[in-house]
Amino acid sequence: MAEDFRAVTARRAKCGETMIGEGTQSTNQRRHNYVQENVEVGFFTDPTVCIGCKACEVACKEWNEVPDDGFTWIGNSYDNTGRLGASTWRHVLFLEQDCQKGNQITGLMGLSDAQSEDPFRWIFLSDVCKHCQEAGCLEACPTGSIVRTEVGSVFVQNDVCNGCGYCVVSCPFGVIDRRPQPLPDAGGAFKCTFCYDRQKSGLVPACAKVCPTESIVFGRLDDLRARASQRVEQLKQSGYEDAQLYDPQETSVRGIHAFFLILGEPEAYGLPPKPQVPTIYLKSAWTSALLTSIAALIAVLGAFLFFG
Amino acid sequence: MTTEQRLEQLREQAWDKGIVAGRGVDVTGGPIPRRSGYYGQPVVKPPVWTSEIPIYFFIGGFAGMAAVIAFAGLIFHEIDLARTAMSLATIGAVLSPILLTIDLGRPRLFLNMLRVFKYKSPMSVGAWIVFAFGACVIPGLIALELGTRYSFGGGTDQFLKIFAHLLVIGSAFWGVLLATYTGVLLGVTAIPAWFLHRVLLPIHFGSAGLGSATALLELLGHRVAPLSALGFLAAAIETALWIWLEIDKHGAADRALHRGLPGWLIRGSEFLSGPLALILRLTNLVPLAAIAFLLGAFISRFGWIEAGKVCGRDPEAVFASQG
Repeated sequence: MAEDFRAVTARRAKCGETMIGEGTQSTNQRRHNYVQENVEVGFFTDPTVCIGCKACEVACKEWNEVPDDGFTWIGNSYDNTGRLGASTWRHVLFLEQDCQKGNQITGLMGLSDAQSEDPFRWIFLSDVCKHCQEAGCLEACPTGSIVRTEVGSVFVQNDVCNGCGYCVVSCPFGVIDRRPQPLPDAGGAFKCTFCYDRQKSGLVPACAKVCPTESIVFGRLDDLRARASQRVEQLKQSGYEDAQLYDPQETSVRGIHAFFLILGEPEAYGLPPKPQVPTIYLKSAWTSALLTSIAALIAVLGAFLFFG
Repeated sequence: MTTEQRLEQLREQAWDKGIVAGRGVDVTGGPIPRRSGYYGQPVVKPPVWTSEIPIYFFIGGFAGMAAVIAFAGLIFHEIDLARTAMSLATIGAVLSPILLTIDLGRPRLFLNMLRVFKYKSPMSVGAWIVFAFGACVIPGLIALELGTRYSFGGGTDQFLKIFAHLLVIGSAFWGVLLATYTGVLLGVTAIPAWFLHRVLLPIHFGSAGLGSATALLELLGHRVAPLSALGFLAAAIETALWIWLEIDKHGAADRALHRGLPGWLIRGSEFLSGPLALILRLTNLVPLAAIAFLLGAFISRFGWIEAGKVCGRDPEAVFASQG
């Protein structure tokens, strides 16, 4: 079987045909100079072609030498990773929903006459750090450890981070976390690096490179956004009426570099519907603090003046 | 309930139709847990801070406000009170950075906090406030003690006095900020139970700090009228804040503040430092009132951190805050 498959692939490749996606023409397989040219890049993740193989999770762990985060069995569908964290930078979600997927014919294998009352869909989506345009973690970092790179991604300089933990509560997507003892490099905050090391050498991030169906696409952000809206149109025409892009540009996060196509509502994917960068709360909180400070000074001086 | 007859029936059906329809293939009736979000997984991350942080909030709170009382004491010639208050402030100025350093994931890199100044990061502003407070309070206490205990004669005394005054003014300035910025620190995050109360938090932490400083000074024997007035004021404000928190509810978004362990911690602490302290003061049981207020102020900080942890693990809270 395996040989047959390879033979077919080879023949097709010879004729210039590719099996899936753009194959060798894909931006996932090309070398690039985005870092040198200061081009904003992104990930576009499309769950409608994801097969849930978790190659992205494995590639990420191997390339970045991320330690294991415990071999716990949570058994949420085929997901035993749980969620993004200090040692999980790619996470494939396995979403089970009782609704129709596109024009899917559900029911008893077409044997029954029923227009099924049991619609069911299984969605896989590879979640990752969103690399926000206005990044909560970056704004919150008191050491300057978290920086913005030439390609627009958000990068944690591991040797500078002292593990204060403020980025952890400042991320509106709950991505970054402090790595617990006794793992290697424990105590620091970690998240997806957008494979900045690979990008500097003109290579594509590990997860996108290995994705067999190009569910994860790496490329120029503007190209990807155009391509993504085309894909949504295409899906809607094919009956996926609840297809939409998850790229919160109208909230204070002002768009994300790693954006997603989703079917249905973002809540089901554990994505916040209207993520806000916490710095929008600065004004009211500091106003309160400064007025309280002035009031406290006046109260203390007043107490000594009138009761002293 | 499955009976033998049902099993026979299934077998018949399988023979007849080649396929069996029943509850076994019914997805909605299947064992998929119906939890909000993605299998009930948290949407934001709960804080990783341990007990050092609430203890620091408490100590920084009373130390900062003690510096303000020291400043007032110096102006109104209550030198003994000012000296005790500056000692309290110094205890805080020494313990605060130690507690903050212990809580770091990598304590030996604590100086990286002073690598940059970022006005948009309350953590960065706070680190500089703690540093500036210590830099004013510690030499301030030394100058104050030298000036009151010894006489050097000539211009030295005069210089010491001015030096001490300037440093105490600096201590008071950084002190009020130290006591209140911690509210901003919690308020400017992605945790709904915290950011929804970003206006209340600095007021609460400030008044809790002021009341704690007053209570400690009273317990140390400074039973003077101005402190008594401040004690009343702090207890009254805490009572008002309790009412505010009870009225200003945001449903699922901040339910962590009103139920479970953090709910009880916050309610209990507000009762102790609010109505109870007020009643005890009115009945002239000042030491008891002081202890009640201190306990309340201490427990409250744990309550708020715990609420952040519970709220951060609750996906519904995040959705409700953005709905």
